[in-house]
Amino acid sequence: MGLPELKQTATEARLAGLTLPEGGWSEAARRDALSRLTAMGLPQRRDEYWKYTKPDLFLDPSEPHAALLENEEGMVFGEIDRLKIVFVDGVFDPDASDDLSMEGVTIARLADSSAADIHWAQDIYGVLEERGQTPVRRPFATMNTAFATDGVLLHVTGKPSKPISLIYMHQSESSDAILHHVVRVEPGAEATILENGPAAARFNKCMEIDVADGGVLHHVRSQGRDHERLAVTHMFARLGRESVFKSFTLTVNGVMTRNECVIELTGDDAVAHVAGACVGDGNFHHDDTVFVTHDAVNCESRQVFKKVLRNGATGVFQGKILVKEGAQKTDGYQISQSLLLDDDSQFLAKPELEIYADDVACSHGSTSGAIDETALFYLRSRGLPKGEATDLLTLAFLAEAVEEIENETLSEDIVGRLQNWLARRR
Amino acid sequence: MLEIKNLTVDLEEEDKQILKGVDLTVEPGKVHAIMGPNGSGKSTLSYVLSGKDGYKVTGGSAVMDGLDLLEMEPEERAAAGLFLAFQYPVEIPGVGNMTFLRTAVNAQRKARGEEEMSAAEFLKVIRARAKELKIDADMLKRPVNVGFSGGEKKRNEILQMAMLEPKMCILDETDSGLDVDAMKLVADGVNALRSEGRGFLVITHYQRLLDHIKPDVVHIMADGRIVKSGGPELALEVEHNGYTDILSEVA
Ligand SMILES: Nc1ncnc2c1ncn2[C@@H]1O[C@H](COP(=O)(O)OP(=O)(O)OP(=O)(O)O)[C@@H](O)[C@H]1O
Ligand SMILES: [Mg+2]
Repeated sequence: MGLPELKQTATEARLAGLTLPEGGWSEAARRDALSRLTAMGLPQRRDEYWKYTKPDLFLDPSEPHAALLENEEGMVFGEIDRLKIVFVDGVFDPDASDDLSMEGVTIARLADSSAADIHWAQDIYGVLEERGQTPVRRPFATMNTAFATDGVLLHVTGKPSKPISLIYMHQSESSDAILHHVVRVEPGAEATILENGPAAARFNKCMEIDVADGGVLHHVRSQGRDHERLAVTHMFARLGRESVFKSFTLTVNGVMTRNECVIELTGDDAVAHVAGACVGDGNFHHDDTVFVTHDAVNCESRQVFKKVLRNGATGVFQGKILVKEGAQKTDGYQISQSLLLDDDSQFLAKPELEIYADDVACSHGSTSGAIDETALFYLRSRGLPKGEATDLLTLAFLAEAVEEIENETLSEDIVGRLQNWLARRR
Repeated sequence: MLEIKNLTVDLEEEDKQILKGVDLTVEPGKVHAIMGPNGSGKSTLSYVLSGKDGYKVTGGSAVMDGLDLLEMEPEERAAAGLFLAFQYPVEIPGVGNMTFLRTAVNAQRKARGEEEMSAAEFLKVIRARAKELKIDADMLKRPVNVGFSGGEKKRNEILQMAMLEPKMCILDETDSGLDVDAMKLVADGVNALRSEGRGFLVITHYQRLLDHIKPDVVHIMADGRIVKSGGPELALEVEHNGYTDILSEVA
């Protein structure tokens, strides 16, 4: 079978059990997404963009299965004052959630608001996702636009006093969830979005983010620890003039994770930072795929990705900075590094730069290395046991990524997670 | 305190003998100095004593307070009271100096079954010690040795020693790279720690440090052996005449 036939068959099989939600303002976008999806098809192993990560588990038409983890450790962000929005296996849970009213933001549920005729989210839903389809196809995001059953619409009009916290509980071992969030940050508005939890046995999540001129959005995510869970996630961010978007993701555990992040800097002087720290042990595959497009003057972008891998874990990084014609004074930085704690683990990296402007400063680097034995001995010679010394060096390796979190309370929480994870595996 | 007997050591990677039978005993309360030409094995001896990988002990023994050092992990040796001030202190990006030291102090205390030092207590002590060594607060916050000047790195080693209060201190060329004032600071730091129960092994190329830290015994090491031992006057002899005379005399 040729690739197109393969895709068609796989796509039909995967979509067979899904129904397109009907009615409301999102219906047209969903129908459009479905026809785009049918035309492009879901990815196959032979697709260049899926060279390092097999899409098989995301394509499997049968029910997924992921055991629930006994969570001996309290959930991340537990001590942080935040507005909680809880989803259980991909379904909004009003009882577990806080009251959704807060000054500076309007929060609506995707599944509820489909009746409203005119909605701000209409200009974004599926729109940013579609913009993100060139030059590379991201079919799972299109599938998400078509079939998402729930999600939140966050309209940030001021400066909400607390972070908006999306909590994804996983309670059914066979849940297959598709969530789609839409975020609009109005000019001069500022918010922080937190995400955490394993979500479902298989999770497809898409977040479209539109940051208007002078808007600021911080995003800190911790992907849940349930080891067998699968996740394919997309973030599509469009940044206006002098806006700021900073995103950090922590991933511990998870047999299969693909996080795609597509950022478009469309207004001058915008800043986008996207960072990730992941620690994987054994049957762990983690893929960060990032695409940053500079399409305005004097913008700054940073990609900082660090992966700690052991016992045969695999880390993937595909990162690109595209500087379009006229995007002068671009400051682009990209680093992807892995710390391989043994010979069985591997890191596959494809860093790319594509530049069509002449007055730019872009740098990228990718490295793979083992623990620095000299540093390890130095620490041990001062009395640190080998395990503790290794953990300290591991955290030091991850520091550049974690430091991308501006809020100290949040970064301390993330560091605490990492410390606990490392200590459990000593 | 420290008893080294006929210690022979090969490099692990290649078949090359570096230490060819070292005999050395440091009594509690005493300061021993080791001098010797480049490449004679002084640093190797200090590394083997503190447990660095890459060396193969082929014979002899090294015992500290009745403990067989060579059987112990580096961290166990440290907790037992051994300290090495490195000839080349290691830079560790991402690990704060202060965090590192507090972790080290408490790891040692824990290993010895002692109570951990509280954050407040630790802060008080480290501030006082740092001040004595003219190490400013900023250096304490920075990553371990990263961006430190040569002299700052050496002072940082002495700060670690002062915080860890070891029983047996080995200083490997702590004086090299220090200006005159810094040398005085370091020497004062060492002298402040001199006590009846503590032994010192000071590796140096220069008599100058020994003006400040008065040694009880001076050893000359050459080609993997201690070839001559004597009083402080031996260091003066080296300073004036170099090693040629001494080496030809023992050859
Ligand atoms: N890891 C190693 N690999 C190769 N050679 C080594 C290694 N460690 C030590 N040597 C060799 O062993 C010998 C002794 O080295 P060592 O560093 O102990 O000398 P030293 O007396 O401290 O010299 P210096 O006064 O220059 O500091 C040298 O010839 C050195 O090259
Ligand atoms: Mg040396």
